[in-house]
This record gives sequence, structure tokens and C-alpha cells, in this order.
Amino acid sequence: MTHLLFQPTALIASLYMLAGQESQGAAEKLAFNPAVLIASLYVFALAAFLGYQVISRVPPLLHTPLMSATNAISGISLIGSLVIAGSRYGHHQVLASILGCAAVTSAMINVTGGFLITDRMLKMFRKKEAIKTEEHK
Amino acid sequence: MSYPQYFLEATYLIASILFVLGLRSLSHPDTARRGMIMAAAGMTAAVVGTLFHPDIHNYLYIVIGLIVGSAIGIPMAMVPMTAMPQRTALSHAFGALAASMVGIAEYVIHGANMGGVKSAALGLEVMLGALTTTGSLIAAAKLQEMMRGTPIMFKGQHIFNLLLFLTMAGCYIGWEFNPGMAILFYSMIGCALIFGVMLVLPIGAADMPVVMSLLNSYAGLSSAATGFVLSNNVLIIAGTLDGFSGFILSILMCKAMNRSITNVLFGGFGSVIATDTGAVGGTMREVTLDDVAVQLAYANQVVFVPGYGMATAQAQHAVRELGNLLEERGVAVKYGIHPVAGRMPGHMNVLLAEANVPYSQLYEMEQINPEMPQTDVAVVIGANDVVNPDARDNPKSPIAGMPIIEVDRAKSVIVLKRGKGKGFSGLENPLFFKNVTGMLYGDAKSSLTNLAQAVQKV
Repeated sequence: MTHLLFQPTALIASLYMLAGQESQGAAEKLAFNPAVLIASLYVFALAAFLGYQVISRVPPLLHTPLMSATNAISGISLIGSLVIAGSRYGHHQVLASILGCAAVTSAMINVTGGFLITDRMLKMFRKKEAIKTEEHK
Repeated sequence: MSYPQYFLEATYLIASILFVLGLRSLSHPDTARRGMIMAAAGMTAAVVGTLFHPDIHNYLYIVIGLIVGSAIGIPMAMVPMTAMPQRTALSHAFGALAASMVGIAEYVIHGANMGGVKSAALGLEVMLGALTTTGSLIAAAKLQEMMRGTPIMFKGQHIFNLLLFLTMAGCYIGWEFNPGMAILFYSMIGCALIFGVMLVLPIGAADMPVVMSLLNSYAGLSSAATGFVLSNNVLIIAGTLDGFSGFILSILMCKAMNRSITNVLFGGFGSVIATDTGAVGGTMREVTLDDVAVQLAYANQVVFVPGYGMATAQAQHAVRELGNLLEERGVAVKYGIHPVAGRMPGHMNVLLAEANVPYSQLYEMEQINPEMPQTDVAVVIGANDVVNPDARDNPKSPIAGMPIIEVDRAKSVIVLKRGKGKGFSGLENPLFFKNVTGMLYGDAKSSLTNLAQAVQKV
């Protein structure tokens, strides 16, 4: 991408090429419904508030597991990727499927890896008695 | 809505609730594991529900992605605990990559027909996602020591970054008004990719806890923006939780260093450091292994203060063995953990827990400092700045005002150090010259193992 920024002719040429590909379609159907937007903003604001309340109660002891846990949870973008990877489109099918497949892969890495390593870490935080009984076995 | 769609929405609602409950359970180590199993169940429910989405017709790419992702994800969960920081940085990169891929795909599919609000969210999603991806990769490379950990600066860096940022913002705004101009969209991505690199390059390894938290926050917000694009509430909720968790952690880390986020991001800390620390007078007192062993064996209370040096020397098991021997002799053993010790939030706690130290012995800075005057021996293992009394005493010091673990208030201090050189930040540490301080040179792990043997003979 950088070479485009430094070569004005290449930039203009690619501008024409890419702009030509676009076609106007049924714009109204996909436009955002204001009620949906407002509901989404409510969800966002409440989730932010809830997140603040919940996460400030996590002790520094568990900050590393917290980070890997939230990482795993934000792997929920997997569900968006699944729909893209599995849907049928009128055009750009191949590109959309490839992007979708790559997105499913990266999100899945975080979901499996994140939950497994969080559990592995949390297993290690033990009380004194628990460690003693295990060592005597 | 059809029945499958009601089912789908129900699984998303359940997932959202389980995620919140899961994070809530992290407030105590005893409940944490059960909570995370609940969160994982929520994730499974959401994924299984989505597989019945009415738009999904072709399962080939889905199955490929799920299998490849698991094949990479499971080995990534098996890394040793000392590699946690770089692993976490990599997973930030993957999370952000997934979000930006979804965004790009949405743009490829719908093109200019998305409407203003949706494309605004999509632009933010892709921009944050792209810069987090490259930024996290650079952070991971620095942590893995594939790149040097010191800040990388060059002349005109701030101007270059500013221009880059303005170009990126310009492309974003321009594209928002002309969503058909794909070139603006892809230029924005290009700028964001470079910007991510530029953001992390000037940051020193000691500041990594802040950067890790910030990247965590960006990756989460990028997921939340995906939720706005797809009008999907569970994505908004999970992304926001992730984003705010990272945000709170970065504030905590900054507080623990008494610096602002802008200072961390643009300061290039640890690169120059003119030695304005004044004349640090005196000589360092070297102590022998046997002296230290006797001191430790007859102490009432010993506090270990670990730093990143403990992680590099892999000394956590050796510390625990020494600690156990002392406990058997009736010595009270505690571990004082500074919030920014190590390379990510909570790094030291995980390492010590891995070495079977019970969590009741791990003390936060605020808890351990009042105990210092009653402590007979404080043992500093590979930590430097977090125990530097200059932060408290010398207002001219570059780290002035940073809260520290006040080991110099203990009756005696033993510093385990590899050599006589300065610490990571290049700062002179007056602690080493104090009368109460004894220096024990050598590799931390072998020093600790030898100490354990010597204690047994006392």
C-alpha cells in the first residue's frame, strides 16, 4: 500500500480502477434503522457500565487470566465470521468466502486457545491446603 | 422472524449473560474456574446457534476455518507460562484480524449501499482492527526478543506519525462521504497497518504492560464496532466488556508507573535517560551465599520481590523451593508483587502460582508495604525500577512519584542480580548502595538453588 502513497500516477490509476467496480444498488434496504441504532447505543452504554463494575472487582492477582479470558470472549466475532463464510452472494462470492474463512480461523484460534489457557492458569491458583494434600499423595 | 431466528437470538442472550457471570466470577480465585466454564458454555451455545442461521448454505469454509483455528489455537494454549506475554499479544492480533476481515468482507459484499451509520462503524472497526493487528505483532516480536526491546526512535518520528494519522483520518472521513471510493477505504487500511507498527516501535519493553492493555482494549472495541455493523447485541456486549477491561487495566498500569497514557505512547521512555539522578554515592556491598543463608534461616519474616529477571532466569520454581525450606523452619514467607512487575498485568502472579506458591502468600504492593519494617530480609529477584527508592525520594528522577515496594524499609535487603550493570531502564538504583543492602551476583536460578542447599546445612 505504501508505494501507492508515494507514486501519484499509480494512485490515480488505481483510483479509477477501483472506483469503476462499484455499482449502485438497493441502498434503502441496507440502510441503518434509527431505532436499531438507538437500541445498539443503549446496549453499548450499559455494557460499558457493567464492564466497569465487574472488572474493577477483579484483583491484580488474576489480571493475566482476566486478559486471556476477555480475549477468548471477544472471539465471539466468530459468529459474524461464520455467517460470512457460509452465505451465498450474488457477486464477490470467492473473495467473501476466503475473507470469511480467514476470519473464522483467527476467531477460532482465540476461542479455543483463550479458554484453554485461561483454565490452565486458573487451575494453578490454589489454596495452601490444596497444594499440601497434592504433594503428600 | 422465523423460529430458527428466535432460537438464535435466545442463544445470543444466554451467551451474553454467561459472559458477564463468567467475568464476575474472576473476582476470586476459588470461583474463577467455574465461571470460565460457564463463559465457554455461552460461547458454544452462540456458535451452535449461529450454525442454524438461515443465511448459511455452505459449510465447507466454516468447517475448514473451525478445524484450522482449533489446530492453531490448542497448541497456543500449551505455551509455558513465561511466554504468556507474547502469546497474549499474538491473540490480540488474531482477535483484531478477525474483526477487520469481517469488516472488509462486509464492504466487499455490500459496497456503497450500507448507509452512513453502518459505514461509520465499519470504518472504525476495520481501522482499529488493522492497527491492533500490526501493533500486536510488533509487541509480540519485541516480547519474543525477535526485535530489540529498547524503544526504536528516529528523527521526525512524531511528525511522521501525525501525518500518517491525519492521512488515515482523512481517508476515513472522505470514504464516509463517498462510500463508493474503495481506494479511500483500502488506503485507510494501509495507513492503519503502518500506524500500528509506528505506535509500538518507540515503546520500551518495561512499558509493555500498558501497551498490552491498550491493544487489548482496541481489539475489544473493534469487536464492539463489528456488533454495530451487524446489528448484533452479543457482539456489542462481548466487545465492550473486552474493550473496557483493557481500558481499566491500562489506567491501573499507568497509575502504577505514575505516568499518563500519552507519556507512555509518545515518551520513548528508557531510550535516552540523561543521568540526572545526582551523585549516587558509596559502594555496593557484596555478600556471600553462606551469609545470606544464615540470615534467611534465622529470620522471622522473609519477603521475596520478583521482577522480570525472575521470568528470564526461569527462577520461579527455585524461589518456591527456598520458600518451602524457610517455612519448614518456621519463617513467615511472603511474596510482594508490584502491579507492573514483568511484561503484562499479573505476570508474576501467574509464574509463582505455576510454581505451586499458594495465592494466600502473594501480596499486592499496598498490602506488603506496611509489613516491610517488620521484615527481617527482603529478597529482590531480578527487579529494579519497582524497588528504586529514588522514585519516592528524588523528585528529579525520571520515575519520580512511581509507587514502589519499599524494600529499603526492611531490616536487611538482598538483591539477586546478574552483574553490576544498570537495570533495564538504564537508571542508577540507590537501593544497591544503601547500608542495609547486600548484593548477591550471579544467575538468579542457580543462586536460589545454592541458597536452598546452604539453608539446609545451617
